[in-house]
Amino acid sequence: MKRGKFLKFVSRNGELFIFSLPAIIYIFIMSYVPMFGVIIAFKNYVYDKGILGSEWVGFKNFKFLFESENAYRITRNTVLYNLGYMFMTTVFSLAVAILLHEVAKKWLKIYQTAMILPFFLSWVVVSYITMAFLDHQNGFLNGWLEGLGFERVQWYFKANVWPYILNAVHLWKAIGFSALVYFAGILGIDAELYEAAKIDGAKRWQMITNVTIPQLTPLIIILLIMSIGNMFRGDFGLHYFIPNNNGMTYATTDIIDTYIYRALSELGDVSMASAVGLYQSVVGLILVVLANYTVRKINEENSLF
Amino acid sequence: MTAKTMTAHTATAEPATAKKSSFKWSTLVIHLIFILITLSMLVPLALVIIVSLTDENSILHNGYRMIPDKFSFAAYEYFFKSPDAILRAYGVTIFVSVVGTILSLILTASMGYTLSRRDYGLVRPTSFYVFFTMLFGGGLVPFYILVTQYLHLKDTIWALIVPGMLSPFYVLIMKGFMSKIPFEIIESAKVEGAREWRIFVQLILPLSKPSLATLGLFIMFNYWNEWFNALLFIDNERLVPLQLLLVRTMNSLDFITSRPEFALVMSNFNLSNFPKTSAKFAIAIMSAGPMLLVFPFFQRFFVKGLTVGAIKG
Repeated sequence: MKRGKFLKFVSRNGELFIFSLPAIIYIFIMSYVPMFGVIIAFKNYVYDKGILGSEWVGFKNFKFLFESENAYRITRNTVLYNLGYMFMTTVFSLAVAILLHEVAKKWLKIYQTAMILPFFLSWVVVSYITMAFLDHQNGFLNGWLEGLGFERVQWYFKANVWPYILNAVHLWKAIGFSALVYFAGILGIDAELYEAAKIDGAKRWQMITNVTIPQLTPLIIILLIMSIGNMFRGDFGLHYFIPNNNGMTYATTDIIDTYIYRALSELGDVSMASAVGLYQSVVGLILVVLANYTVRKINEENSLF
Repeated sequence: MTAKTMTAHTATAEPATAKKSSFKWSTLVIHLIFILITLSMLVPLALVIIVSLTDENSILHNGYRMIPDKFSFAAYEYFFKSPDAILRAYGVTIFVSVVGTILSLILTASMGYTLSRRDYGLVRPTSFYVFFTMLFGGGLVPFYILVTQYLHLKDTIWALIVPGMLSPFYVLIMKGFMSKIPFEIIESAKVEGAREWRIFVQLILPLSKPSLATLGLFIMFNYWNEWFNALLFIDNERLVPLQLLLVRTMNSLDFITSRPEFALVMSNFNLSNFPKTSAKFAIAIMSAGPMLLVFPFFQRFFVKGLTVGAIKG
């Protein structure tokens, strides 16, 4: 009887299973196999001995990491920058989206296209743009400062200016797309609500505060919670290319992702890089699960899983 | 959603114009704000284009300026005389983008379709299997060791293609698109005795053309702008894609000027005249150019994909 049931299940689902098989194999190799690789974090990895042959060291790598000041620095930077990006992008792109809604259609297209342009550039290209502004010798900004009678600034060596620069650059690249998402949300609001508000004699500003913002609140909350879930995942390209990977500014530019990359490629400290990676993955997992739990409490339809 | 969007849009565009007379000041202020924003988006791009067209001596004396003393096409001329490195990088990037997008679409569509079938007996375990990888991963180091020591992809073109071939996020979007296809279509085909394979190829794929195009754009955009895997896995200079070429020229132009082909062509010219600074920016313009010309026209697809997939699930 069991055998018959199983055969029926196979004949019903076998073909569909075969469709999913290439992706299942791909995901197994590229995502699940590396998960076992996290044991490197508990080993003293030596290239010649391989992963299994290397000696177990328990939590030594983690102990070393958390006793150095690096762990605090990269965690603080990653979280603070992500909070900054989250706050700036939400506030500004929301404002832009609301204003876009007040603009006639032909202008809307022009403004939208201009704002989305940076989104299509890679961080490498953006790093050329920032260099055109910040270069010590030729930079546009320094030329301007000098013209106004100020001293030139060595931007790439000054750690304390980078929080502002990185936030500005991130906003410049992200605002167009993010505003478009909110704008799409505004377009989805029932037109009758605006009609009703108009009949009640609401002014433009009152329509924004009484219709647009309340109607957008669920979308805003979901996007905010999702970015809280990603609080531990930094933007490698932004933090690696824009400050030009300069050691002088690591104090304010180094995040978990850039630290792992350097530990792996520059220092060759494979076990340490792996330990930091596992720390990031585990805390990241906890944050995502918590965020999803919160979304689910608010509105089950919008939860990821 | 689209029908609603359309009505909402026409309905709200109307009061904006109708109220023009009574709210002139606020309209003016809004336009001023947007003109400022537009300028702040375009001026940095313009600066890079202008610097790439500035005479090297002007840069030496005055630095980068929006209005240089002297324009010059020297940087571009050098690259047109010896286009080897750039053409090769274009070739690598185009190959990776095209092949990668095709392979990725096949994987994403077949998986997305399976997950969109409510009658499939393994939907729940398969979903969990796919989406768990969005939550937890081994991290960079195990991935690096896998690609280099087990798959032996280091310094092959596949190192640029294979790692980005399937994103669970795109599977989610694809699934969202495909679940909108009425189930009755599949059911009636089954009643007529069609095999799953035929249903997928002859019914589902043609019906999904718009979503395949949208997602294909997404994927191609990612492949075109991809530098991380190149940074990790590519040393062989014959396999350098555009983005890695840019990374390398950022630190020194030697990467291009020291190559034998370049030296050979340039032996007739005085290399000390080589416009080093503007050349850097010329390369940046040449690699970002196609992206900036083509993709803004597809912006609405990007939002459509994102809103359908991420928010409407």
